[in-house]
Amino acid sequence: MFDPTFIELSRFQFAMTALYHFLFVPLTLGLTWILVIMETVYVMTGKQVYKDMTQFWGKLFGINFALGVTTGLTMEFQFGTNWAYYSHYVGDVFGAPLAIEGLMAFFLESTFVGMFFMGWERLSKRQHLTVTFLTALGTNLSALWILIANGWMQNPVGSEFNWQTMRMEMTSFADVIFNPVAQVKFIHTVSGGYVAASMFVLGISSYYLLKGRDVGFAKRSFAIAAGFGLASICSVIILGDESGYEIGDVQKVKLASVEAEWHTEEAPASFTVFGFPNQETEHTDGAFKIPYVMGLIATRSTDEEVTGLKDIMSANENRIRRGMIAYDYLQKLRAGEVTPENEGFFEEYKDDLGYGLLLKAYTPNVTDATEEQIAMAVKDTIPQVAPLFWSFRIMVASGFLMLFIFLAAFYYNAKRVIEQKRWLLRLALYGIPLPWIAIETGWFVAEFGRQPWAIGEVLPTFLATSSLTTTDLIISIAGFMAFYTFLAVIELWLMFHFARKGPSSIHTGRYHFEKLAHSGSESHA
Amino acid sequence: MILDYETLKLIWWLFVGVLLIGFAITDGMDMGVGNLLPFLGKTDDERRVMINTVGPHWDGNQVWLITAGGAIFAAWPAVYAAAFSGFYFAMLLVLFALFFRPVGFDYRGKFEDERWRKAWDWGLFAGGAVPSLVFGVAFGNLLLGVPFHLDEFLRPFYTGSFWALLNPFALLAGVVSFALLTMHGGIWIQMRTHGEITERVKGWITIMGVVAIAAFALAGLWLSLGIDGYRIVSMPAGDALPNPLDKSVEITAGAWLANYQAMPWTLIFPALGFAGMVLTILMSRANRPGTGFVTSSLAIVGVIMTAGVSMFPFIMPSSTNPGHSLTLFDASSSHLTLTVMFWATVIFLPIVISYTLWNYHKMWGKLSVDEMKDRFSAY
Repeated sequence: MFDPTFIELSRFQFAMTALYHFLFVPLTLGLTWILVIMETVYVMTGKQVYKDMTQFWGKLFGINFALGVTTGLTMEFQFGTNWAYYSHYVGDVFGAPLAIEGLMAFFLESTFVGMFFMGWERLSKRQHLTVTFLTALGTNLSALWILIANGWMQNPVGSEFNWQTMRMEMTSFADVIFNPVAQVKFIHTVSGGYVAASMFVLGISSYYLLKGRDVGFAKRSFAIAAGFGLASICSVIILGDESGYEIGDVQKVKLASVEAEWHTEEAPASFTVFGFPNQETEHTDGAFKIPYVMGLIATRSTDEEVTGLKDIMSANENRIRRGMIAYDYLQKLRAGEVTPENEGFFEEYKDDLGYGLLLKAYTPNVTDATEEQIAMAVKDTIPQVAPLFWSFRIMVASGFLMLFIFLAAFYYNAKRVIEQKRWLLRLALYGIPLPWIAIETGWFVAEFGRQPWAIGEVLPTFLATSSLTTTDLIISIAGFMAFYTFLAVIELWLMFHFARKGPSSIHTGRYHFEKLAHSGSESHA
Repeated sequence: MILDYETLKLIWWLFVGVLLIGFAITDGMDMGVGNLLPFLGKTDDERRVMINTVGPHWDGNQVWLITAGGAIFAAWPAVYAAAFSGFYFAMLLVLFALFFRPVGFDYRGKFEDERWRKAWDWGLFAGGAVPSLVFGVAFGNLLLGVPFHLDEFLRPFYTGSFWALLNPFALLAGVVSFALLTMHGGIWIQMRTHGEITERVKGWITIMGVVAIAAFALAGLWLSLGIDGYRIVSMPAGDALPNPLDKSVEITAGAWLANYQAMPWTLIFPALGFAGMVLTILMSRANRPGTGFVTSSLAIVGVIMTAGVSMFPFIMPSSTNPGHSLTLFDASSSHLTLTVMFWATVIFLPIVISYTLWNYHKMWGKLSVDEMKDRFSAY
């Protein structure tokens, strides 16, 4: 029934389109606030250069924004097209934040972004600033609701399974909104977006400084990016996603996986800097460890343990067995044997129903699973460790490298010697991809680390798919790849074109290439 | 105020209707502009005028579609699951066509190169034409019934093919929506421009209006005479927990007209559809495009509600297993979710409409070829 190739393709399509979408989201989240800062300075001081900055960086923002909108559409369609059973099973809870995102955030962002671009001649200074602010607010509120939805997938609070409707139903909207995992993820994700936007502005400004072009414009942009970036990277690192890993069982598995901690160590646990996690032997080869550090990072304490994967798996075996019982009673209830006794037993075991459903990969009937099948399902309850271990380290390394860049940028900018530090300008320019590397690997850790679950401990990923065929998926994946490649080529080409051209592209006549053209034509005359 | 479950289920049928109508009136307008773009705009300047009449609005307008999608997900998860996965390639077709819009609007004006701009013009045409056609086709297929069933755990299975969706009746419904939205975009252009293009668009409005009227009439006739509707024989109480497997449904001739017979006042909707389209043509020719835009919007309300009333309380009838049809009673979310979503809509939708109106108010004004030259803030 569940063809592994089909499941892998479904996951691949979602992962590909989601990671692609998130190439554009961070810049939208952060650049809007940078535009608010620039325009506020313009409104307060009346200095033209800050208006030019708002318009130029706004132009680059627009090129990025268009693809953010384009690829965001896919995300909304895709839950229904490719994850139909997921949509049925959790739509009662998961759909609400998505719909509210539209009403509260997406309308705001999209209505005002049009006025941001088109309203310069139609609005007063203050009105336009308000419009820019509301655009920024809209994009960030949008992230809030999406991360409430995503946080619920990691830690499904405020909801309960209802056997009569055969789905998860909301029991407390407040619990869904104030899900601690969602809150932590929101802060971490938007701060990550602010870092990306800051690196973008910092790097491109550095390019102008290296070329000695439009220096006043570039230095002012650099200064804003350095300040905003430093604050943001501190927020990302200090309020790291990891602080959310102690909440909820799925998050604990993720934590143990990124740390490749197979056995529970005595607190505080040591941190494995380097090593080769081996899923077969359940051991990390060639591990290089620093004592105490992981316990401190993960639990913010010296006496709490970080549970190891083997201990998690042995606890899960019991939950799978309980899940089989839950499934048995669910079948009875669905078949019409509704007695108080059956309902009572189902209530008692239903929290482990999700673990029972893991067996569907091996036997459609669940209740007749052999010991061997149960053992396989137990192995399935933890994700592949090595990819998580490595992605996490790439994310953290990129983060600390950026911390160094922003610290240096902030320091030398404050000392007003930034133009002489050409090594730093080069580092900032070639460092532009760093936040994207960190963000994409971070999402990989968050979502790959959630496996085998679509909804943590509730709905296994393989059950969440639509009733499509492998051929359907190959066609749609090919279509997405072709279209997305085409869009990426155009976007990058435009971005490079206008970034290289710099503020001359807003046609004020005040910047490098236009002055050059102007003096050129004069000399001809 | 706590609303009972049955009332909320009915309100959500209305709310989804409101969101779809909001989508068709706002985004349908800029899709209609896209449909006319390569044909009405003779020069690049004219096409720029057309694009800029919707320039500051298309993105906000598109959110009506996104919100309608989100609302269906939240209020009718079973419909969202069955329809989006069942209509897999039709949905992807719409999605891929919509891809052209954000990039088309935003990237087209970045360079003056003629080939670059013409290519994006066709992209914007696709971004308007495909969705405005396919949404009609989808409605047509809902009226015919969709070949799908549910298993004991409510997993939906679609057993038709993509090509089966393109049957004559559904295509006719597609013509209705394509012509109606193109007329709607046309009257918007007439209202928001002056110059040669303002005169020329009138011909398109008349043609599209006449096509829409004829297709709407033909579809109505076909539905009354040649298409069997669905009727609920028995179902649990309206406030029961939703279970789409718990009712019996029969396919019978004339069932899609039953609501009109039971409640004759609902005939106001098809009447509104026809009257709106006729009046739009007349207003356009009488050079009163402002009134014409109102009548054209009313025509959209009439046409969408005509289909809605016909099928009520069905949302997605199943042709292969009628008992598994999804209705507003048994495909909806829990009482709590419907309540939460009700309040979210009641609070936020008026706010959205207010600032949307402010946006239109601030960006109002007639555009012409001359005025478009040397403007910084334009596509």
